[in-house]
Amino acid sequence: MDAVMNAAPLWVVILVKSAVLLLVVVTTFAYAMLFERKILAWMQLRPGPNRVGPWGLLQPAADAAKLILKEDLTPKTADPLIYRLAPFISLLTAFSVYAIIPFGASADGSAWAIGNVNAGILFVMAIASLGIYGISLGGWASGSKFPLLGSVRSTAQMISYELSMSLSFVGVLILAGTTSLDGIVNAQQRWWFLLPQFVGFVIYVITAVAETNRTPFDLVEAETELVGGFHTEYSGLRFGLFFIAEYVNMLTVACIATLLFLGGWNAPFGLGMVPGIVWFIAKVACFMFFYIWLRGTLPRFRYDRLMAFGWKVLLPIATLNLIATAVWVAYWGK
Amino acid sequence: MTMTTPLTPEIVSHEGNSMVLSMGPQHPSTHGVLQLMLEIEGETVAKIDAEIGYLHTGIEKSAENLFWSQAQTVIERMDYLAPESNALCYVLACEKLLGITGEIPERANQIRVLFGELTRLASHCVWLGTHAIDIGAITVFFHCFDLRENILDLQEAAGGARMHPNYMRIGGVNGDLPAGFLDKLDALIEKFPKLMRDLRGLLQANPIFQDRTIDVGILPAEEAVRWSVTGPALRASGIAYDVRKAFPYCGYDQYTFDVPTRTEGDAYARFLVRLDEMEESMRIVAQVRKRLDVPGPVMTSNPKVAAPPKETIALSMEALIHHFKIVSEGFRVPPGDVYHAVESPRGELGYYIVSDGGNRPYRVRTRPPSLYNLQALRGIAPGNFIADLVVMIGSLDPVFGEVDR
Repeated sequence: MDAVMNAAPLWVVILVKSAVLLLVVVTTFAYAMLFERKILAWMQLRPGPNRVGPWGLLQPAADAAKLILKEDLTPKTADPLIYRLAPFISLLTAFSVYAIIPFGASADGSAWAIGNVNAGILFVMAIASLGIYGISLGGWASGSKFPLLGSVRSTAQMISYELSMSLSFVGVLILAGTTSLDGIVNAQQRWWFLLPQFVGFVIYVITAVAETNRTPFDLVEAETELVGGFHTEYSGLRFGLFFIAEYVNMLTVACIATLLFLGGWNAPFGLGMVPGIVWFIAKVACFMFFYIWLRGTLPRFRYDRLMAFGWKVLLPIATLNLIATAVWVAYWGK
Repeated sequence: MTMTTPLTPEIVSHEGNSMVLSMGPQHPSTHGVLQLMLEIEGETVAKIDAEIGYLHTGIEKSAENLFWSQAQTVIERMDYLAPESNALCYVLACEKLLGITGEIPERANQIRVLFGELTRLASHCVWLGTHAIDIGAITVFFHCFDLRENILDLQEAAGGARMHPNYMRIGGVNGDLPAGFLDKLDALIEKFPKLMRDLRGLLQANPIFQDRTIDVGILPAEEAVRWSVTGPALRASGIAYDVRKAFPYCGYDQYTFDVPTRTEGDAYARFLVRLDEMEESMRIVAQVRKRLDVPGPVMTSNPKVAAPPKETIALSMEALIHHFKIVSEGFRVPPGDVYHAVESPRGELGYYIVSDGGNRPYRVRTRPPSLYNLQALRGIAPGNFIADLVVMIGSLDPVFGEVDR
């Protein structure tokens, strides 16, 4: 395998890796969606999808076929170019993050990732912030009132939560002393950053939910208030693209949480015989389950309360956490 | 209140920073087909106009063309979440007009109270589920419907249909409770406390839910009276008016129950009042259950309104004639008019019925509690967010079959 990889030109290797990864991420997305529906159904006293294939396992394929076959409408009042472009912005940014996310490490310590950027975490933050353009432009360009309200909400929500999220990262960066993602994972071999950065982890989880517009922070698409929010006017595949982007973003924040706080592919309790990738997947799955659990349990925040919570509670706590971490590292070392 | 120009979807903006938004009639949280014309500034509601009538089905007019007993089938469909309340109120009004209120057998009254309370429970289940969905908690809905399912099973067993059993009759109820009914009822009474605990546990102490409902849509007592609000919405504002206590019917005065009231008048108070009411309803159901062990007739023996027993038809000429008359042309009701009210899950439900002495009602005028309660929205909505507006609609619990009729 290594011999083949070494012989092929770099661009071929990257292309093959990207294609495989894209396939993996899309499949994971499809089954994350089924997983969510099954878990929700279990919480809600119902069987969930079980008609298409055994245990409903082909449901994602049926959903995809349905969305592709639906008519793709563009409202008369919409700005056609931006309206059509917006879902791709969301999708592109959602997938781009995977270019640098490491899923495990070989025995020689090199990370399993397409690109190993030494400013990995900054790249993640930059790309994640861009993703919001898809939502706010899509809603705005729809030329309709409910999507407009949704896109205004999304912009405000993003600004309020991105800041606290970044601050929760910085605590980890100080402890790890590096911004590369595999460096951060390697720094967690002794203990996970969940322990020293517990406050940071809680802030990250809250902001991550807000970042991906999920319950209880799903104000952007608050169905019972804004009909469909930013995607009210979207139909067919374009709606599907937003949908994929949302779930891929969920997976992304679950991966980031695993890498930054849950030790990445490091095995807990010295259970080293199980391969690291299994641990990685297990941790991501746990985080996804937590997400779905939240959705099954909590009501939605109100818009103004969400903003107040972001600015008046999360931001001060994140700042204090950062200062405390910095002081601790400066005086007592690592 | 000053009259303002009506808001229409064509108006893009009234002035300055405002935007006119048409919420409904297909909006997910307008509970059916309410259209709200909003003038919003940002997300704050400045003005609100409720457009009703999308579900107008002409039930009152249809009733005028049906026999007295047939009219009840359409009347049940007004408030489709509490059909038994509508049917009960209508038959009570007719009985008053016929002057046979005193002839209703004891057991028939007990069964009426039983279904009056079960339908209240079922209706409050739908309210709680949809209210929770409006606020974003999706799971509560399924647990509510799980409880409601038990009640629909009971309705099906007794009346043959799940939603509109048409079980009440002028003069009693349609047949005695079927075999096995009381066991099912016992099972429900048995597991109700646990189900109720689960429902409360899902929302009552949830900080986000409290944040969304406390101090939202405050309806002061005098305002509530001014808008003719009744039912849980009125009781949450501190006025303990309940038709079952104020003007007891069907022997409600023989049962022990409390009328839950709160003084805050906000959406959370209305939520608590309804939950307490569900428990009080179950208290009444348990008391009725104890009395149902004693058998007895469930229909008046007055041949004027009740068909004679089937087995007598072959033996008696008069029985055959009465049976034929009641089936083919119904019965006649003496001329006059009457108003009767019951406590439906949404408030004071009243029927004003006029008879010209014929075999069909001359006029059936409804006082639907939802219509009056909904009007209060105009008083409490302006100045709040769209998100709060959704909570307010939910907490007033309108049913549009009843508002538009």
